Amino acid sequence: MNVVSNKWIGQRTIRPDGADKVTGRAAYAADATMPGMIWGKILRSPHPHARIRSIDTSKAEALPGVKAVVTAKDIVDFPVDTPVPLGIQDMRWMCRNVMAREKALFHGHPVAAVAATTEEIAAEACRLIEVDYEVLPWVIEIEDAIRPDAPILHDFLRFEGRPSNIAGKLEHRLGDVEAGFAEADVVIERSFATRPVHQGYIEPHACLVSVAPDGKTTIWSSSQGQFMVRAMTSLLTGIPQSDIRAIPAEIGGGFGGKTIIYLEPVAVMLSKKSGRPVKMVMTREEVMRATGPTSASRSTVKIGARRDGRIVAAQGTFYLQAGALPGSPIRGAAGCAFAPYDIPNVHSVGYDVVSNRSKVAAYRAPGAPIGAYAVECVLDELAEALGMDPLELRLKNAARQGTKAAHGPVYPRIGFAETIEAALAHPHYKAPLGKRQGRGVACGFWFNAGGESSAQVNVTEDGNVVVTTGHPDIGGSRASIANITAELLGIDYRRVSVLIGDTATIGYSNLTGGSRVLFASATVVTQSVEKVITQLRERAAKIWGIDPDAVKWEDGQALPAGDNAGRFPPLTLKQLAAKASETGGPIGAGVQLNTTGAEGGFATHICDVEVDPELGIVRVVRYTAFQDAGRAIHPGYVEGQMQGGVAQGIGWALSEEYVYDRQGRVDNASFLDYRMPVCSDLPMIDTVIIEVPNPKHPQGVRGVGEVPIVPPLAAISNAVYNALGRRFYSLPMSPPKVLATLEGAAA
Amino acid sequence: MPQVTLTVNGKKHTVEVEPRTLLVELLRETLRLTGTHVGCDTSQCGACVVHVNGDSVKSCTTLAVMCDGAEVTTIEGLARPDGTLHPMQEAFREYHALQCGFCTPGMVMSAIDLVQKNPQGLSEEEIRHGLEGNLCRCTGYHNIVKAIAAAQEVMHGRRKELARAAE
Repeated sequence: MNVVSNKWIGQRTIRPDGADKVTGRAAYAADATMPGMIWGKILRSPHPHARIRSIDTSKAEALPGVKAVVTAKDIVDFPVDTPVPLGIQDMRWMCRNVMAREKALFHGHPVAAVAATTEEIAAEACRLIEVDYEVLPWVIEIEDAIRPDAPILHDFLRFEGRPSNIAGKLEHRLGDVEAGFAEADVVIERSFATRPVHQGYIEPHACLVSVAPDGKTTIWSSSQGQFMVRAMTSLLTGIPQSDIRAIPAEIGGGFGGKTIIYLEPVAVMLSKKSGRPVKMVMTREEVMRATGPTSASRSTVKIGARRDGRIVAAQGTFYLQAGALPGSPIRGAAGCAFAPYDIPNVHSVGYDVVSNRSKVAAYRAPGAPIGAYAVECVLDELAEALGMDPLELRLKNAARQGTKAAHGPVYPRIGFAETIEAALAHPHYKAPLGKRQGRGVACGFWFNAGGESSAQVNVTEDGNVVVTTGHPDIGGSRASIANITAELLGIDYRRVSVLIGDTATIGYSNLTGGSRVLFASATVVTQSVEKVITQLRERAAKIWGIDPDAVKWEDGQALPAGDNAGRFPPLTLKQLAAKASETGGPIGAGVQLNTTGAEGGFATHICDVEVDPELGIVRVVRYTAFQDAGRAIHPGYVEGQMQGGVAQGIGWALSEEYVYDRQGRVDNASFLDYRMPVCSDLPMIDTVIIEVPNPKHPQGVRGVGEVPIVPPLAAISNAVYNALGRRFYSLPMSPPKVLATLEGAAA
Repeated sequence: MPQVTLTVNGKKHTVEVEPRTLLVELLRETLRLTGTHVGCDTSQCGACVVHVNGDSVKSCTTLAVMCDGAEVTTIEGLARPDGTLHPMQEAFREYHALQCGFCTPGMVMSAIDLVQKNPQGLSEEEIRHGLEGNLCRCTGYHNIVKAIAAAQEVMHGRRKELARAAE
C-alpha cells in the first residue's frame, strides 16, 4: 500500500466534467449527428402475449423516405437450448428482447423497426407494417404466473419436470435451520410484496450508428459500458468486435438500466441496410414500457432468536419477477438478505419467475432491497417482541471479521458494526419526534465487485497528465481518479485530465456497475502511475548519471536520495517531460487487470416519517445514512451516491409502481403517472461516511454506489409502523393504500 | 412553411419551421444547441427548460411559432463571452449539485428564474417547491438545494462571491 500524504485524496475537488455539464457542452448520445443521418423507429407489440404469424413490411418499405426495415430475421438468432452467457446476461434472451422472434412477450416488445429520412416518416411507416398476431392468454403478477393453470410463456422452460414460468432457483444454506429454530425463544414469520419500479434515469436510451461500406461500424450511445455495447452488438449482428468501435457518450443516468442494450443492434442493421448513419432515441413512454424496470417480488422471511437477542436461525423465500425472459436478480435478494448478520443457520431461496412484462434490467444493488425489505421489517418486529432496541439487536448480531456468510464468503475486516455504532451515537437517533411522526431503522449489504479494468496514464510534453479509463462516468468517478493521480504524483489535481476511452482506444473494461468502477479503476490507475513514477525516476537518474534506485519521487519532483541527497537540484515533472525525447521517449504506462478483493458494502439508515391521516400521505421528514466507504476518495461524490440511493429508495417505498390495465398493458408509462420523488417530496438527506479501509485495495476503497438503496424500503416501513402502530407488508405505501388501511382500522 | 424570427442567446435567427415544430426541436436540431435536453414526453422532467422573454418555459411543450419575436436564452447563453460562469452554474459545479448532468441545464435555467423572481430570498422549502417541475434521479436534490441557496446570495448581491461548499 502506498503511503499517501492525503493532499488530494479525500478532497472535494471540482469534477473534471463540471464546466461541460453546467454549460450544455457535455455531449449525450441524442446530441450526436452525422451528414446523411436518418432516423430509426421501433414498432412495438400492442399485446402482452401474442404469437407472430407473419409480418408484412411491403407498405412501409414503399413509403417515400423509408430507407430500411428490419425484423427479427435481421438479428442473429440464438437457439433456446444452448446458453450463451455474456456477463449476467444470456444472448438467447437478449436476441429475443431486442426484437421479438416467435412471440411478442410484453406490451411494448419490439416487433420491427424502420429507418427513414425523418422521425415522422419512420413513425408513419411503423403504422404501415402489418403484423398478424395470434393473441395468447397472458400473465403478469408473480402469484398468477406460478399457479398450476397459469398461461405458460415459454414451452422450453421446465421446473420440477413440468412446464412452468419458474425459470430458475438459487439456494444458499448454512448450518441447519430446523435445529436452529428449535433453539429459538421467539420466531417471527411474515410475507411481503413489492411492486416493479423503474430506474428512472432522466436520459432516454439513444444511439447514433454508422456502418461504412467496408463494414466498419461506429456506435455512439448512452450505456454503462462501451465494451458491453460492442460485445452484444457483435453477437446480435454478426459483425466482428474488431470492426465495431463503440464510443461512450456522456450518460444521463443508468442505475443499472443501461447495462444492457436495446437500440444499438437494431440501428446497426438499419444502417447496414440503408447505407446511412441511423439515429434512434426512445420516448419516455418507450423507456417505461420496454426497458428494464426491476422485479416485483413476493417474499416470506422467518427469523428466530433466543431471549437474549441472539439470532439462531433465518429462512427466506424470494420470488422475483423476471419479466418476459429469464434473469431476475434472485442472487441479490437471496444472497444479500441475511448477509449483514452472523447467523449460524440460514436457508435462503430465490425463484426466477417469467411473466408478460418487459424483461428486468439491473437496478442499483439488484434484488438486494427486496431481500432487505423483508428481513429488516421482521427484525423490527423481533426487536419489539424481545423488548430490545432495534439497533442494539442488529449490533448484537452484526457480521464482523471472520463471520461466515450464507452466500459464501468469510468476511475480512468490514465496517458494518461501526455503521450501527455511529447511528446509535448520532443525535438523530435520540431526537424527539413530533405528532404523527415515527422513526425506523434498517441495515443493508451489497456484494460490490472487482473485474476487468484498463487504464493508460500519459505525461504530456508540457508536463501534465492525461489518464484514460474504460468506464462511463456515472457518478463522478473521473473526479476521484483525478484525486488519486494527483496524490500519487504529488501534483495539483487540475494538472490531471481524466478521459473515458472508447473500445478502440483503451483496453477492455467491464461495466460501470456493481459498485466496481472506483475500486477497479483506482487499482489500475494506481499501478499505471507507479510505473510512470518509475520511468520518471529513471529519466532523472539518466540526466544525473546516477542509479535509478538513488532517485526518489516526492511532491511532484525527482530528488537525488541516499548518498546523492542534495547533489543535484530537483527535477520537476515539467522539466522531465521537456527532456523526455532525449532521455528515452514518451513517458506513460498502462495497466490492464482482472481486479479482485472488492469487499462488501454495509449501511445503516435512520428515517423519520410523518403520516397525514386525512390524505394518507407519508412524508420522510428526516433521514440519516451511515455507510462504510472504506476510503472516501472524493467525499462529495460518496455522499452523492448515498443521497441518490436513499432518494430512489424513498420513491420505491412510497410512490413508485408499475400499473397494468385489464389488457395487460402498462397503464402509467410516463413521468406524469409514474411518480418519482420531486424536490419537495424529500428532506435533506444527511450522510455519515465511515472509513474502515478495504485491506485489499491500494487506497482502501470499497464500492459505495449501490448499498444506499438497500435499507430505505424497510427503514421507511419501520418508521411508518412506529408512527401509526400499523404495519404495511407491501409497497408502495402510497396514499390510497395508507388511507384504505387507516380506514379499515377505524372500521 | 411558417417563418419565425427569434433571438437566441443574443443572436437573431430567422428560420422556417413546420407548424408543429417544438421550440426544443428548433433549438436542438436546427440551431444545434444540444445543451437543452429532452427526458420525457409529458412536460414533467424539466430537462428542456429555457427562458423565453425572461420566463422559464418547458421548450418541449412550446411551439416554435409561439416564439416569433421572442428572446430565448438557453444554457449555452448563460456564461459570459470570456467564459465566466453564471453564479448558478458556478454553484452547481462547486456544490457537486450534479452527477450525470442530464437534468442540469433545465435545473439551472429553472433555478435562475426562481431566484430572479424572488429577490427577498428563498427558504429551503421554497426552493424545493419551486423545483417541482424538474426531476433529478441522481442526487436526491440535496446538493441542488444547497447550490441554489448559495447562488441566490450572489445573484442578489448579498455576497460578492459564492460561499465555498462545506468541507
